[in-house]
Amino acid sequence: MFLSMNWISDFVDFTGLDKVALIHQFSLSTAEVENEIFYKGSDLSGVVVAEIKSVENHPESKKLHLLKVDIGEPELIDVVCGAPNVRVGMKTAFAKVGAKLGEIEIAPRPLAGAMSYGMCCSEAELGISDDHSGIMDITEDVANGTDIKELYAVDDIVFEVDNKSLTNRPDLWGHYGIAREFAALAGRELKPLAVEDLAAYDALQKVDMKIEDPLCQRYACLQVENITRNISPMNMLIRLYYCGMRGINFLADLTNYLMLEMGQPMHAFDSRKVGKIRIKRFDKPFTFQTLDGVERNIDENTLMICNDNTPVAIAGIMGGLDSEIVEDTTTLTLESATFDAASIRKSTVRLAHRTDASMRYEKSLDPEMCDTAIARFLYLLKKYDSGVKVVSALTDEYAFRYETVELRFDKAFVDRYTGIEISNDTIVNTLTSLGFKVELSGDVFDVVVPSWRATKDVTINADIIEEITRIYGYDNFDVHTTRSPLYPVRPDTVKTDEDKIKDILVKRYDLHEVHSYVWAYYDELKALGIEVEPNIKLANATNPNIETIRKSMIPTQLCQVKTNVGYAPDFGIFEVGRVVTGMDDNNLCVEKKMLAVSLYSKTAEVKELYFKLRDILAVLADDLKHKSLSFEASEPKQGYIHPVNCNTVLLDGKAIGTIGIVHPEVGKKIDKKANIVFAEIDMQAFADVKNASIIYEEPSKYPPMDYDISVVVPAGVMFSDLAETWNKKNIGILKSTKIVDTYDTDKFHSVTIRFEFSSNERTLSSAEVQEIMDDIIADLKQSNVTLR
Amino acid sequence: MDNKIDLLKQEIKTKLEQTGSLGDLDKIRVEFLGKKGSITALLKGMKDLTNEERKSFGAEVNKLKGYAAQRIEERVAELKQKEIEAEIAAMPQFDITTPAPLERGSYHPITLVQHQCESIFESMGFTVEDYPEVVTDYECFESVNIPKHHPARDMQDTYYLENGQLLKSQTSAAQNAILRKYGKRMMENGVPIKAIFPGRCFRNEATDASHENTFFQMEGMMVDKDISISNLIFFMKTMLSEVFQRDVKVRLRPGFFPFVEPGFELDINCEICGGSGCSSCKHSGWLELCPCGMIHPNVLREGGIDPDKYTGFAFGLGLTRLAMMKYKVKDIRDLNSGNLKSLSQFTDDEA
Repeated sequence: MFLSMNWISDFVDFTGLDKVALIHQFSLSTAEVENEIFYKGSDLSGVVVAEIKSVENHPESKKLHLLKVDIGEPELIDVVCGAPNVRVGMKTAFAKVGAKLGEIEIAPRPLAGAMSYGMCCSEAELGISDDHSGIMDITEDVANGTDIKELYAVDDIVFEVDNKSLTNRPDLWGHYGIAREFAALAGRELKPLAVEDLAAYDALQKVDMKIEDPLCQRYACLQVENITRNISPMNMLIRLYYCGMRGINFLADLTNYLMLEMGQPMHAFDSRKVGKIRIKRFDKPFTFQTLDGVERNIDENTLMICNDNTPVAIAGIMGGLDSEIVEDTTTLTLESATFDAASIRKSTVRLAHRTDASMRYEKSLDPEMCDTAIARFLYLLKKYDSGVKVVSALTDEYAFRYETVELRFDKAFVDRYTGIEISNDTIVNTLTSLGFKVELSGDVFDVVVPSWRATKDVTINADIIEEITRIYGYDNFDVHTTRSPLYPVRPDTVKTDEDKIKDILVKRYDLHEVHSYVWAYYDELKALGIEVEPNIKLANATNPNIETIRKSMIPTQLCQVKTNVGYAPDFGIFEVGRVVTGMDDNNLCVEKKMLAVSLYSKTAEVKELYFKLRDILAVLADDLKHKSLSFEASEPKQGYIHPVNCNTVLLDGKAIGTIGIVHPEVGKKIDKKANIVFAEIDMQAFADVKNASIIYEEPSKYPPMDYDISVVVPAGVMFSDLAETWNKKNIGILKSTKIVDTYDTDKFHSVTIRFEFSSNERTLSSAEVQEIMDDIIADLKQSNVTLR
Repeated sequence: MDNKIDLLKQEIKTKLEQTGSLGDLDKIRVEFLGKKGSITALLKGMKDLTNEERKSFGAEVNKLKGYAAQRIEERVAELKQKEIEAEIAAMPQFDITTPAPLERGSYHPITLVQHQCESIFESMGFTVEDYPEVVTDYECFESVNIPKHHPARDMQDTYYLENGQLLKSQTSAAQNAILRKYGKRMMENGVPIKAIFPGRCFRNEATDASHENTFFQMEGMMVDKDISISNLIFFMKTMLSEVFQRDVKVRLRPGFFPFVEPGFELDINCEICGGSGCSSCKHSGWLELCPCGMIHPNVLREGGIDPDKYTGFAFGLGLTRLAMMKYKVKDIRDLNSGNLKSLSQFTDDEA
């Protein structure tokens, strides 16, 4: 919304104050002002009123005329002018030689062979309207040579306030409300609005009007006739233009002017079309043509202004074409009303039609304004068109009144909230200047919130704090830290695990962290031949490609692997992100935080890559939990997983995730020559595993003893099966086992296992180790594992 | 006999001089000084000599023995020295100026910025809270003073799910749970609630270089008896000075957010121009950075905390925006692209 300092100055005397500084202060104390401030008229000089004394056709041009103009100087001035509306006796705006119009400086110059000493200007050229159909037609009776800036309020400071920052301030949607803020900031008086005394017409007949719907809070109207003026005064047009509106005709302009001044939207009907005003909704949908000529679909929730049963306007949004003021309108009915804000907002959304009026109504306007707006309208109407006659009494139905908001708080409350010392006097003065009624007894404040702030904006004591502090100025705050006691902070396990895992994956394994979206990427997955797993969907996705929430992060990650084919021959990516695995008993999403890791390699064999990933997981478990992982072969349900080597990852016997190889069909679509493996770990399940503490073992003073055996392992027998053989024996001196060699032929698979024995108490004897090993070998034999 | 000694001495001298390896030296040692060596043999031949002769000859032989041992040692030292010198000479000079391969893992830039912010707050005693991405209407709106049909719900186009839940449009969705989680401890033991909650948020909007439907925010709050606007400004200024590693100037303007009252828009002085105005700050000298305010009494009440006894502040920080500012990322879509050409550059946390 654009605001004119001239307009604001109608209500506040800024003499001696820096207006621009006040605008900046307004931005810090009230609502955000856009950066660019417009100094209207500042680039305009040397333009005066000139009277056209003669008009001759230009001998060389059909469009141009040769004029002689009188600018109050002894000599007439020769001007060449191309405007179609030149006529003798017309007064216009004339830029003298040396005048400045923005970037242009006027100099004598030949036009089609004739010299021109100056330029007749259109309103657009002066920057006071967008009319450039012809040169300006000045109707005021004013001496030739009068500077245009003396005649009209061309000079102005205009600034723009971000509408969003006024969402909660219905009182700031007009200049008068803004002026109240400026008055408070400047410490000056706010002048009252000049209005017509409507009581003078009480004896006249009332308009036939009735509110038939609770969505209308108040409806005031008045009938007037004998309006003769058609064109608005220039100064009014300039203000409207500076504030972003164009002139239409006097009545329309005046309703707009009132709206920009008081924030109260008004409407004028042709009284012939609205003799019996009814405000209501209809049972059935219908179409209605608004005054912009558009047919709109009205449903049963949209509040309408009607002439009996004929709709004539969409309440609070726009009038109808049928009841609009036309040329032969003699009597008009002025409307000033307030409606339920939420209802207007919903109707606006339904109609997809937001207007200057609806924008204001949505904010919960103050119903107290309705009659004042009519009184002000009438005052201005009469000021500019003195023959106007009022033909009805003010007809005013006030169906819904907001409750008066009264608040009580004490000085201690203000002190506690602000953390600084603001004196009682300052509090009283600030609130009073904003229109609050304040009574102070001792340290207790009793405050009555003014009606224009009481529709929703100021309802509780905390709101009062804002009023006091914003005018006090946040820049003036003495800032200090808190005096709260200190207590230790316990971090969340999932979070600390997550941070550590990221460090290990990045620092030790050179993986790259990526982010992805929480929904399945239909198109990308389709290209890889991966089916989107059925899952809960977004109800209002605008893009069908992102409709279904993912059940697993792996498909997403495979898309990202695909993105990076060509980045490097080997790389790994990971992400800690969310999935929804299903619905719980209350039909709420079961959301899980997962770690997904994918390794891609053009150089490593699939087994090597698979084991690299296995080792990464094992290190994570060992590092964070000091525990070993175990694995259980599982049959994958998802088509993108290779049916062989898919394993459930277990920690402490609990399933915490999956490790697997990409199905060759999908893998080939990502990269024909690369191997891809992946793992997905449930972060909460991982975090829930208790961290075993490190148990320190004194290094043995006695020599350890290694014993290697090479065994032939039948197909299907896992190392964990072998380990079970000796683990169940609980051999105290057996410290560890590891595979030191593997040997495969067509016929058998053999491994060399090293058993490491050691004791802290004594030197081990070969005989006792041999005895243990014989026992183990015998047991292995029973499982068909034989020495090679 | 003396002649024999001289001859041997000469022989030792020559042989040692001709020898070039430590192995040969060992042979020489055996040849002369070994049990069957020539010097030992001399001593054995003494039995034919008179006592007198034996005495002087013995002394001569021992002298020769000493001489041989010493010369051998010297020669060993010389050869060892030569060997070292040869090894040194054999060492080529490496070209240390060749580029080092720096390929290594990387963090997501959001993680880096998030860690930085977290550590600042942890150092001031704040807990870091995690929160789901799928939340209820109550968590995201009702509990933070945004009732149904409130215009604030229009301000954010929310992704709703088929079951009525939604993808959280703001980290404030965690406020109620955090107030409830720590409220009891505050009221019973006087431990203030100090928490930050970074998280991913979602808005149903079309994406372009500066708009994303998925982005990270970090919200924080502090509740205790007597938390004031003055405290809020202090924490914001301190936190932002730490984040930007400079003494930032902050400016508060009234801002409307349903979950705070009073609510503020907080600006910091533009880092690029230092406040004099540039294209980054649209020539205002200020950058709008984070919404903040005093927690609305309704939000406290809904979290089980008596707003007459406790006050608090809350603030929001756009982590995605911070990361973009810090690393001068121009296209927000790079962040969720998974493209390692972009993302692999963020190799370490500088915080």
